[in-house]
Amino acid sequence: MGRFLDHYNYLITIFLMMAGLYIVIARGNMIKKLVGLGIFQTSVYLVYLEPAKIIGGTAPILDPAFTVYSNPLPHVLILTAIVVGVATLALGLALVVRINEAYGTIEEDEIVGKDPDA
Amino acid sequence: MIDPLAHLPVLLVVVPLLAAVFAGFLRNGTVAFALSLIVNWALPAMAIVLLAQVLSTGPVSYHIGGWEPPWGIEYRVDALNGFVLVLVSVVGALIMPFAWRSVRRELEPDRHAWFYCMYLLCLTGLLGMVVTGDAFNAFVFMEISSLSTYVLIALGRDRRALLAAFQYLIMGTIGATFYVIGIGLLYLATGTLNMMDLAGRLGDAAAVQPRTVVTGLAFLVVGISLKLALFPLSAWLPAAYAFAPSVVTIFLAATATKVAIYLLIRLLFSIVGPSVGFAVSPVAEMIIGLSLIAIYVASLIAVFRLDLKRMLAYSSLAQIGYITMGIGIANQAALTGGIVHLVNHAITKAGLFMAVGCIVCRTGTASLTELAGIGRRMPLTMAAFTIAGLGLIGAPGTVGFISKWYLVIGALKDGAPWLAFVIASSSLLTMAYIGHVLEVAWFRPTALALAGVNDPPLSMLLPLLALAGATIWFGLDTSWTAGIASRIADGLVGGAAP
Repeated sequence: MGRFLDHYNYLITIFLMMAGLYIVIARGNMIKKLVGLGIFQTSVYLVYLEPAKIIGGTAPILDPAFTVYSNPLPHVLILTAIVVGVATLALGLALVVRINEAYGTIEEDEIVGKDPDA
Repeated sequence: MIDPLAHLPVLLVVVPLLAAVFAGFLRNGTVAFALSLIVNWALPAMAIVLLAQVLSTGPVSYHIGGWEPPWGIEYRVDALNGFVLVLVSVVGALIMPFAWRSVRRELEPDRHAWFYCMYLLCLTGLLGMVVTGDAFNAFVFMEISSLSTYVLIALGRDRRALLAAFQYLIMGTIGATFYVIGIGLLYLATGTLNMMDLAGRLGDAAAVQPRTVVTGLAFLVVGISLKLALFPLSAWLPAAYAFAPSVVTIFLAATATKVAIYLLIRLLFSIVGPSVGFAVSPVAEMIIGLSLIAIYVASLIAVFRLDLKRMLAYSSLAQIGYITMGIGIANQAALTGGIVHLVNHAITKAGLFMAVGCIVCRTGTASLTELAGIGRRMPLTMAAFTIAGLGLIGAPGTVGFISKWYLVIGALKDGAPWLAFVIASSSLLTMAYIGHVLEVAWFRPTALALAGVNDPPLSMLLPLLALAGATIWFGLDTSWTAGIASRIADGLVGGAAP
């Protein structure tokens, strides 16, 4: 039990990950799907960042006074991933706007009713 | 003096990237096309020089910014990705002359420059995925190519193109995110992102933390399988291919899924190595099983499709099954078959989709019910379709026969004669749907609506005939395709990169 509580941050991460994925699969509203996708992607940022943080560690600056550093590489990687996530979300929302103009709705089941073979 | 030959790996990515930016800023469709044409014809030359260099002197390693790997990002070109680079860039070059008229026919004028911008960006991403030796860098390029692909699909005229693009965006992002989770887990276990370095450290890491490595591997395989459209993770593909503009469909069918397959080969054979990956998890059996289902189910669906683009899209799913089958069987002959089919399917399917693109350009429809007797109206187009179709079926003397030959030998060597039988007999299903098209095109009385239709202009016809010619050429002379593929497979099955 203690082992689980020590890693509570990972439990939260996995919960967020599964919640996001569930929203993407279960919701028919396209905006909600994108929200779920955003939660899913963001939770993956945590997968990288949590192990990189060392309690009591500083930023990686060379100085004789500090000996424990956090790993900077995952932070840099996730900065890139955040940019990718923003671009994906922006493009997704732009597509939803266009779909709304073309169909007059963003509910997936209503759209399938209008275009059965889509 | 800077030697351009020493910088070829990075130039393959930087040149189309800069061209994409310029094409976007120019806002003029004609100028953007000219720029795109020059770049697309320069890239194969660069890729071929690079491959020749690799084949004669061994792998080329390029350090971005002069930082030593594994700390800096390394672009590493060996026979496998040099080969895929040539494939992607040559397909891009062949598509360009076709694009000129097809884009003008299918897209609104104010979108032409943006189309070429997105096309070049997609090419950048695909070439980057292939050339890079850094696992996270591959993710960034994957997203560059994917995001531009979503836009390219959404450019289709039908409103269903928007829906297809949105569905692909959701599936593609889930796939890419799975890939990131997998890379993250492997990074946690090994502390490196460089592919060669990962390959060296993964064995020890798997002994200490087997669960982390296996979980990471599972995420990676599922993520990449979404991208390469391994059945049943392929729900996004048929609609995307059916409603995208013709040029985009040709380009995606011939390159995008192939690059994802390259990444799977790289992961399973170069990084994880059959000794670690296939031993700790049932990856190979799962891939073989899913490939078999893909070949039969997708072919069967294709038989009942009357829309040519949709039929060929389902056929793509089946053909991807043959390639992954070679990866799953994983002996030298089968892997050769898989890699050769990577090229052969790119040639035949690009040819088939291009013929359909010509038909759409001339008649405005891709529905088989309206195309009775089209062969008499567009004889050269349908002749090319027929040759490429025979290549897809695997008739002797065409490329498809070569790949199936190696796959069957691979299955026999693996001690699975039933698998060899199943692979060979699946050609009957391919024959069923291609035969249906040929019957409608050649043997039915010509439909009245097709009275004024004739073959498309040379700019569309020449690339198509070149692909049809390649279907036969590489079916007879296999030294360039199967010869190199066999060398690559030797290196991969041996465990180390060739």
